[in-house]
Amino acid sequence: MSNTNLLSLKDIGKTFSNGTVALQGMSMDIEQGSFVSLLGPSGCGKSTALKIIAGLGNLTTGSLKWPDTRVDHLGRPDHEISFVFQEPTLMQWATVFENVWLPLRLKGTSRKAATAQVSEALGMVGLADFATSYPRELSGGMKMRVSIARALITRPKLLLMDEPFAALDEITRFKLNNDLLELWQKFNWTVIFVTHSVFESAYLSNRIVVMAARPGRVVADIAVTSPYPRRGDDHRSSPEYNETCREASEALHAAMKAGDHM
Amino acid sequence: MPDIQSPPALLDPVEMRKARMVRNEKIGRWVLPILVMALTIFAWDRFCVINEVPHYIIPRPGIVLAALIEDWPLLMSSLGTTLTITFSALAVAIIGGVGLAVLFAQSKWIEMSFFPYAVILQVTPIIVIAPLIFIYVDSKFAGLLICAWIVAFFPILSNTTLGLKSADHNLVDMMSLYGASRWQTLRFLRLPAALPYFLGGLKIAGGLSLIGAIVAEFVAGTGGVGSGLAFRILEASYRLNIPRMFAAILLISLTGVLIFMFMTFLSWLFLHKWHESAIKREH
Ligand SMILES: Nc1ncnc2c1ncn2[C@@H]1O[C@H](COP(=O)(O)OP(=O)(O)O)[C@@H](O)[C@H]1O
Ligand SMILES: [Mg+2]
Repeated sequence: MSNTNLLSLKDIGKTFSNGTVALQGMSMDIEQGSFVSLLGPSGCGKSTALKIIAGLGNLTTGSLKWPDTRVDHLGRPDHEISFVFQEPTLMQWATVFENVWLPLRLKGTSRKAATAQVSEALGMVGLADFATSYPRELSGGMKMRVSIARALITRPKLLLMDEPFAALDEITRFKLNNDLLELWQKFNWTVIFVTHSVFESAYLSNRIVVMAARPGRVVADIAVTSPYPRRGDDHRSSPEYNETCREASEALHAAMKAGDHM
Repeated sequence: MPDIQSPPALLDPVEMRKARMVRNEKIGRWVLPILVMALTIFAWDRFCVINEVPHYIIPRPGIVLAALIEDWPLLMSSLGTTLTITFSALAVAIIGGVGLAVLFAQSKWIEMSFFPYAVILQVTPIIVIAPLIFIYVDSKFAGLLICAWIVAFFPILSNTTLGLKSADHNLVDMMSLYGASRWQTLRFLRLPAALPYFLGGLKIAGGLSLIGAIVAEFVAGTGGVGSGLAFRILEASYRLNIPRMFAAILLISLTGVLIFMFMTFLSWLFLHKWHESAIKREH
């Protein structure tokens, strides 16, 4: 794995028009190919930070840089970024196929030309047989899989996930955690994964960035050294994992206290 | 996917009762209204006979039926005229309502500027605007069309406007993340999201355009080429031909019901695969 940074946030600040200071002086570098969790109490600006990285919102202060990447006149990188939301965010009126096809369709790819890629993406998330189903016919976990298939269809370099599994039951979440890690290793994506679960961040990522609220900022940066592949219960009972959880948990508590006092 | 088609082997008493209820409901939905209708007609007939009501005041159902059959060609041609106005107005209302809603969705400023006028047009009774319209517009057909359109277009406009705005915010964000153009966002996201709302508006507008057409015909009066159903009613009332009035009213109601049923079918056709409103629940 190379050590180059894919993106670099420097002193980012975001104040909304109603006066809410969502972020202030937030800095972090995201290494190419890393799996970074953004961990923090709700309202600390995790979603705001993610949207800014996605180019869906402007900065008030600071800068967002993409070293080693060509950017257009708006400062957006020329590679693909995908976003997975907490809700599956599917088009109810469209089949699973059409939902996954959408990003390609927007670029002018016909149904026929997209078929192979869509089938491949659906196969990777284990939904090969559900191309003609409608979202309402699927379970919550399956819908989230469709959402992930849609995210990976453009072969993104950077995958942004905003508490994607928070609404799922634990068994489904564990399964999706493993599948996500497998896909990440296979494609060498860079993932920024927002969560408020200490355990999820410790299990998935190789780095945990802890944020505090009011104003949103980085308060701790924890490296997770356990090697991949990490296998379910084996890994969850390992001392490294428990040590990471303890460390992240302490940082989170400190962060929540810091947010309260301001 | 689980095979939901396979018949259940055995049901507990509660589920059994539920299944029977579902079956009975299905039959009742059709049988009950027909039964009530038959009883009403019977009561109407008895009322006329027992009280010896003269048929030029309230005709017995049989006489209305006879008038309907006798005047069939005349009434059909009038119905044709009324339907032409109704459906032309509905078509213009759809084009105008959806077009305006799309325009509103593009710019808040346009919406703020013009929506109040749409409301004014809606709340002012057509019956008081219609005489002016017939003074200003030479063509009677155009006048009728304008009146029916004014009545019908508002539900389509307001519902579609609401629907276009109801698209999931995250999906809107995703569209812009993937670099979708305004047109693409409209085509792939906003219009489909608005479809259930539009169809709801259409269901109301269908009935209203018929009402608009009839009211306008009443205002337009008896002269000229237009000889829709309202004209027939007016004419029959001058001649105290009460059975024909009843027959014409019957036709109008029947037409309204058919339009409503057609719109309901259309909703089902477009929504049954995905929208909650059109999905049969298991229990
Ligand atoms: N569009 C907005 N307008 C005003 N305030 C906002 C907006 N979006 C988020 N906020 C506020 O910014 C803060 C951070 O929000 P968010 O990034 O959603 O937090 P998180 O995702 O960590 O829960 C919150 O106080 C929230 O109320
Ligand atoms: Mg959030």
